[in-house]
Amino acid sequence: MKNNASASYLVTVAVIVGAFGLTSCGKSTTAKNERSANAQATYVAPGEQDEYYLFYSGGHSGQVFVAGIPSMRHITTIPVYAPYPATGYGFDEESKKMLGDYTWGDVHHPALSQTASKYDGRWLFVNDNANNRVARIDLRDFKTHQILGPIPNSSGNHGSSFVTENTEYLMVATRFSVPLPKGRVADPNDYAKEFNGMVSALKVDPQTGEMSVAWQILTPPFDWDLASTGKGPSSGWAFWTSYNSEMAHDVLEANASQKDRDLTAIVNWKAAAQAVADGKAQDMGGVPVLDPARVPGILYFLPIGKSPHGVDVDPSGKWIAYGGKLQPSVTVVNFEKLQAAINNKTFDGDFRGTPIVKYESVVEGEVPVGLGPLHTQYDGAGNAYTAMFIDSNITKWKLPPWSDDERKDMNKTVLDKVSTHFSTGHLVVAGSDTAHPYGKWLVAMNKLSAGRHINVGPAQPESSQLMDISGAKMKMVAEAYTEPEPHFAQILKVSEIQPIEAYPKAENKDPNAVWDKEHTGVTRNGTSVEAKVTAVRSRFVPDRIDAQVGDDLTIHVTNVEQTRDMIHGFGLVENNINLVMDPGETKTLHIKLTKPGVFPYYCTNFCSALHQEMQGYLVVSNAGQPVPGAVYTNGAAPAPVPDAGASVPATANPVAATPASTP
Amino acid sequence: MKKKISNLLGREFRFLARPLNFWSRLLLLLAAVTIFVSLFFPLWRMHLVAPQYSDGLDLFIYCYKILGGGLNGQHLVEINNLNHYIGMAPIVQADFLEMRWMPFVFGLIILMILRSVVFGQMGNVVDLFAVYCYFGIFSIGSFWYRLYQYGHNLDLHAPMTIKPFTPLLLGTKQIANFRESSYPELGAILLCASVLMILLAGWFSRKETVE
Repeated sequence: MKNNASASYLVTVAVIVGAFGLTSCGKSTTAKNERSANAQATYVAPGEQDEYYLFYSGGHSGQVFVAGIPSMRHITTIPVYAPYPATGYGFDEESKKMLGDYTWGDVHHPALSQTASKYDGRWLFVNDNANNRVARIDLRDFKTHQILGPIPNSSGNHGSSFVTENTEYLMVATRFSVPLPKGRVADPNDYAKEFNGMVSALKVDPQTGEMSVAWQILTPPFDWDLASTGKGPSSGWAFWTSYNSEMAHDVLEANASQKDRDLTAIVNWKAAAQAVADGKAQDMGGVPVLDPARVPGILYFLPIGKSPHGVDVDPSGKWIAYGGKLQPSVTVVNFEKLQAAINNKTFDGDFRGTPIVKYESVVEGEVPVGLGPLHTQYDGAGNAYTAMFIDSNITKWKLPPWSDDERKDMNKTVLDKVSTHFSTGHLVVAGSDTAHPYGKWLVAMNKLSAGRHINVGPAQPESSQLMDISGAKMKMVAEAYTEPEPHFAQILKVSEIQPIEAYPKAENKDPNAVWDKEHTGVTRNGTSVEAKVTAVRSRFVPDRIDAQVGDDLTIHVTNVEQTRDMIHGFGLVENNINLVMDPGETKTLHIKLTKPGVFPYYCTNFCSALHQEMQGYLVVSNAGQPVPGAVYTNGAAPAPVPDAGASVPATANPVAATPASTP
Repeated sequence: MKKKISNLLGREFRFLARPLNFWSRLLLLLAAVTIFVSLFFPLWRMHLVAPQYSDGLDLFIYCYKILGGGLNGQHLVEINNLNHYIGMAPIVQADFLEMRWMPFVFGLIILMILRSVVFGQMGNVVDLFAVYCYFGIFSIGSFWYRLYQYGHNLDLHAPMTIKPFTPLLLGTKQIANFRESSYPELGAILLCASVLMILLAGWFSRKETVE
């Protein structure tokens, strides 16, 4: 296609021009009166609160960032896939167990749980592209409660995690195909034959939110990129883009960009769930896996140009927009036509037994948005907003139905463009993926900030830009910076959730929780020593714990406070431990004691006027040499006392023994 | 002189023997109901505001219990926690002996009122008023004494040393970073209303005579 050749040329030119552009511009040219109007629109006065939560994925930081809209202020960080000493995440036994052996993850696509295609304010799900996991954050306490994975038979968890309209499933697909089941080794030269991709459905328990792997669909080794789930007329369907239906295994930037159109996936997840229930799946690694060549009606391919990146179903569920990435347009598919084509078998052959839907029969039009269109969002008022990576802007365009005039000249469907700084990846419109978007605000998440911020050296932050989209023209009103690296985000109205501010004592079911002095103490059984500790302003009880080298030491700390923001930490000096307990929370640490010494522990989270005094001592004496003051609540003997003179007594003080010398 | 005294006593005797008319008895009945209703409301509220507690901490005093404000009475825990820094003993309901017998006394007073309604003599109203007033003044006095004790028996080993003080019974004052307000609540207002009703019951029948 000649058209596409010229498009590619344009892309190259744009990248070069863009690169020059970056060095010369970047200074604000906002007029003075406009500045004050923008400032007023985003100003949240001291003591006042934002109207929306902005949940950013934290990318390879492994975390989720929470900011407020319209102020764009960073409010908190929710640790998910990486230890985070600020909240003690990854130091206590429970979160350590959740993290497993991994100390990082790559969070890309946060998804709020939905009921009837509306945010229900219960959970936020986030994927880990690197280690094939999905985590659930509970919006009751803004904490990570489950990490599922690595998901069997699934590698490169990028097209993830997208909730279905009632959070029945999280839809997940592989970006990096590998030989399956995982662990099997094959030569990448045999990629097309030996490697496979997978579409997975993760079931979500409607009461608890607990996730489990429900079933999978085996696919050719295309690189599944992003997904979107259906609603309304497209209820029960899910859609994925792909960028490597060439099935290249090396030099992908060229070899996976050869075809003008890549095969995208259209999954009938309701039919797939039924097929699994009907026993049509085969077990692979403990998961029921469907082979679409044998089970018709669950998977279809649709060619879309070119190496499409984002796919987004509009709020009505009728229009599906595919971001062209390497072609300067968004392809809009009409779901009703797609449904008819599938019913009438309007196919262009098949690939490995999966029917390929005829492109012309389902495409409503190609909107000429500009260069590098990646993702599209909707305001619920008939408008779409697409992020342009190469052109570096947001383009607003009109969803169908289009007039004959507009169809004749599709440029007329393009309504507005606003430059972004620079190279926008994802964008989010408040509530875009629901049936009823809030509209009003759009946040562009830019991949390059390229010196717009104060200079912080070569490691540059990511920029986000807030746009007011309530008028006919988009208006950029604020700019903020985050650590690497937001990909997608979700926006939730603050008034829709009521998170707790302390864990109610009655809900603490930890068998090792203690709430009063009488139940605290240190017990010894053989070489295992267990301490039950309370933390309250401004002391730990007990503030002395005795143990010996070689002991297995377990410490349970309960923050007995029930007052909001009365958080206590438990930092154990030179033992790489920092627990942080929210009010009403119990956390447990375990260490094998290997070195003798007296190790102070102290409250790390500033709590009160006497916070500095909130400290204690862990006394670790050499094995068999307890200090005289060691006391165990269960009456255990400190340890057998060795023969006198056999070794240096634990209390010998070399400093005291040395006469003080004066110069 | 003797005649004068016996005249006076005679008048007093006749006054005390005056029957209570319908309205007086109704008022007395109403007073009994009001006292009963007051049991469900706090008598007193202590409200503490500090920069860190801009919404304030509340203590509600009922005749039979102390209730902290906030979820699950959390404010009481918080107040005790803060008070430990100045060495004040924790406020616990078990220490308030009067809270065990006060509901019993209120029951007794309600019984006395009902007795007056049935017997219907001015003398009953006078009895009632005297016992009720004594009980009321004693209760307030004992409440003040509790406050005095809490503010004066401070642990000398506490982190912060402050001059012994009596927490405010009525009014508003600044104590360290806290602004303390102490005022009667609906329960106390209802009790005052019931006293008024008893007085009015007597007033309305002051001229009644046996036919």
